[in-house]
Amino acid sequence: MADQQRKSDVLLDIRNLRIEATVYPPGEPPKDIVIVHDVSLTLKKGKVLGLIGESGAGKSTIGLSAMGYGRGGVRITGGEVILNGRDILKGGKQGLRKLRGHEVCYVAQSAAAAFNPAHRLMEQVVEATLLHGRATRAEAEKRAIKLFRALSLPDPEHIGERFPHQVSGGQLQRVMTAMALCSEPDLIVFDEPTTALDVTTQIDVLAAIKVAIQETGVAALYITHDLAVVAQVSDEIMVLRHGRLVEWGGTRQIIKEPRQEYTNALVSVHEIDHQEKKPGAAPFLSVKNVTAAYGGGDVKVLKNVSVDIFPGQTLAVVGESGSGKSTLARAVTGLLPPQQGTVTFDGRPLANRLADRPKEDLRQLQMIYQMADVAMNPRQTVGTIIGRPLEFYFGMRGRERDARVAELLDKIEMGKGFIDRYPAELSGGQKQRVCIARSLAAKPKLIICDEVTSALDPLVANGILKLLLELQAEENVAYLFITHDLATVKSIADSIAVMYRGEVVRYGPKSEVLKPPFDAYTDLLLSSVPEMEIGWLEKAIKGRRMESAGN
Amino acid sequence: MLDIKRIPLPALVGIILTVLFLIAAIFAPWIAPHGNGEIVGDVWQPMSAQFWLGTDNLGRDLLSRMIYGARITIFIAVLATALSFTLGASLGFCAAVLGGWFDTLMSRFVDLLMAIPTLIFALVVLSVLPSTLVTLILVMGILDSTRVYRLSRAIAVDIEVMDFVEAAKLRGEGMRWIIFREILPNALSPLISELGLRFIYAILFLSALSFLGLGVQPPDADWGGMVKENKDGIVFGIGAALIPAAAIAMLAISVNLVADWVLNRTTSLKGGRG
Repeated sequence: MADQQRKSDVLLDIRNLRIEATVYPPGEPPKDIVIVHDVSLTLKKGKVLGLIGESGAGKSTIGLSAMGYGRGGVRITGGEVILNGRDILKGGKQGLRKLRGHEVCYVAQSAAAAFNPAHRLMEQVVEATLLHGRATRAEAEKRAIKLFRALSLPDPEHIGERFPHQVSGGQLQRVMTAMALCSEPDLIVFDEPTTALDVTTQIDVLAAIKVAIQETGVAALYITHDLAVVAQVSDEIMVLRHGRLVEWGGTRQIIKEPRQEYTNALVSVHEIDHQEKKPGAAPFLSVKNVTAAYGGGDVKVLKNVSVDIFPGQTLAVVGESGSGKSTLARAVTGLLPPQQGTVTFDGRPLANRLADRPKEDLRQLQMIYQMADVAMNPRQTVGTIIGRPLEFYFGMRGRERDARVAELLDKIEMGKGFIDRYPAELSGGQKQRVCIARSLAAKPKLIICDEVTSALDPLVANGILKLLLELQAEENVAYLFITHDLATVKSIADSIAVMYRGEVVRYGPKSEVLKPPFDAYTDLLLSSVPEMEIGWLEKAIKGRRMESAGN
Repeated sequence: MLDIKRIPLPALVGIILTVLFLIAAIFAPWIAPHGNGEIVGDVWQPMSAQFWLGTDNLGRDLLSRMIYGARITIFIAVLATALSFTLGASLGFCAAVLGGWFDTLMSRFVDLLMAIPTLIFALVVLSVLPSTLVTLILVMGILDSTRVYRLSRAIAVDIEVMDFVEAAKLRGEGMRWIIFREILPNALSPLISELGLRFIYAILFLSALSFLGLGVQPPDADWGGMVKENKDGIVFGIGAALIPAAAIAMLAISVNLVADWVLNRTTSLKGGRG
């Protein structure tokens, strides 16, 4: 009897799951590779299991298998997925159709891309419920409004009448959670629901999701690469790597006493010890009272911003999306000529417009982008990408150029073998390294790094940061480091400028900026960074003094 | 780098046929058994050992006419397509990169040209201008370039906003580098697929013009013109008109088979190694 009881407690039971895909390696016949190697897991009703790992660890693939879905040519070739006591892989198409949106629901990473822009939110939220005949439209809408309220969305009675583009990213993510909860499923798969959000917004969404899970008693698989986030919401954590189980245990055990070395590496990844440098006598680049606007000047994105950058040092600019930090970079590079104010470089004013700047000035200011894969021409080889600045600025040709490219590749810890590769043949971290090499090739005084690590896995990002610091020591290059991640700031910055709605609200050496007393916004930013500690979320929410701008 | 064994069958068929057509076109005077305008037998003789494809409405050898026809048809179509692509693509890319008044001016002008049906426009222009090969090619090329312009501008506008183009601008690269090294390689796939189609449209357009008497002038004839010359025979059960028609179809298919294959190879972002 007791055994029976325990069995019926188990909602999802995945046994020896094996998932394969066919790959087409260059110059070889297509072959099958195993993405998930015989992973098993069980999930009890009303519990939350966090699946964590780097990209390519198979966490999303496992999560989606709970709905019997294989993304992009991926095949489930072995094992069983038992949900509510039956194997869903054997149910056929009809069985899956009954299951999805009814017993299992899905919350995607990018809600903005997952909503149909042509339909109102309410329409989409209740769709699955109506389709499965779980409720009448009136009932479903009532339930949706109740969920909107539970997820603390503004104006819950009327938000459903809006279109997806009329609400913010964080709100959209919560609406998507409401959509998943609306048909009262037994299990929800959250696929990185807060990864694309600002820290300050993430905390709201996270809290909302946690409350909703507790109130509805739904079970969840929570997929993320951020251990600190998963520690807030899940009861158990499963660490995955290369499609294999590394460690599985209670949340407390995983973050406090990890048994495996890899888990330990994930837990302790954020810390780089960086000694702050004292600002030198004279800054070589100073931004003075810059005001900039897009489109005719009605919407001012930068308001009276002044910062200084000292040779060989790093100025970190932090803030949430829309705070104007990327616009500051555009103003410095000349892509967006400022309306007022000046940028001085080496004691002389820099031309406002890009077209008016001499080649030498362009060489001194280089830029690294957030998305390395669109920052490189996909039709050029690594050799051309890194070699072009050499040709362009220094007139290097032939063997001399190739030798220098090889030297640069060596600097970014990649071998000569990469010279003929195309960007599509590189991993995310390698792409970013090539971008770094390209900017270094110009021997600049300043490199603007626009969120260079935010699209990368924590371990890879950590490697990139270390590389940047090493290169700074070797080449004496300064960085203007734009980021929303305070952990990154702590490990790389010498001075910090905190931006909020186009203004610098706090500016100074790192030690001063990160020392209390804080102003309200810096406090919000600092307190929003997830900490690897159980119960952090509740504490952080309680201690907040202001709402984030994105809400 | 290019392994013949790995060329897929349809592409191979396309390549062989296209090459045959090209050989016929280039070496026409040496291959053709008879002269182009030479009357060698009776009207509309059936196929025989002497006249492989029979004779046409004036008693000229149809095979020889076909071979000379290939020359003129392909010559005009190739030049007109080349003109329309160089003109259309370079203006389209410039419009996308420069933007502003140049873009507006060009785009509205092209809209204006496209608002007039191509055939009617060509008819008017060709009936006013002297009917020479050069005018024919110019008219066909310019009219076709409007479509290429629109396509290449649309593609280039998408590519122009990518970070790597911005990176090139920040580096201080000139227009030439941005257009030819950053944008063009990435716009190649859709342009090549369009090229195959446009080439065939050029042949069909030329045929239509010749059929209406404004294209290639007798005694020379392109394939379209030959269909016209022999069309009356169809009533009497003589298939001479079908042979140039079939040739047009075959060239159309084979060129597109090649274009598809080139397209598949250029779409790969791994340098065709994947």
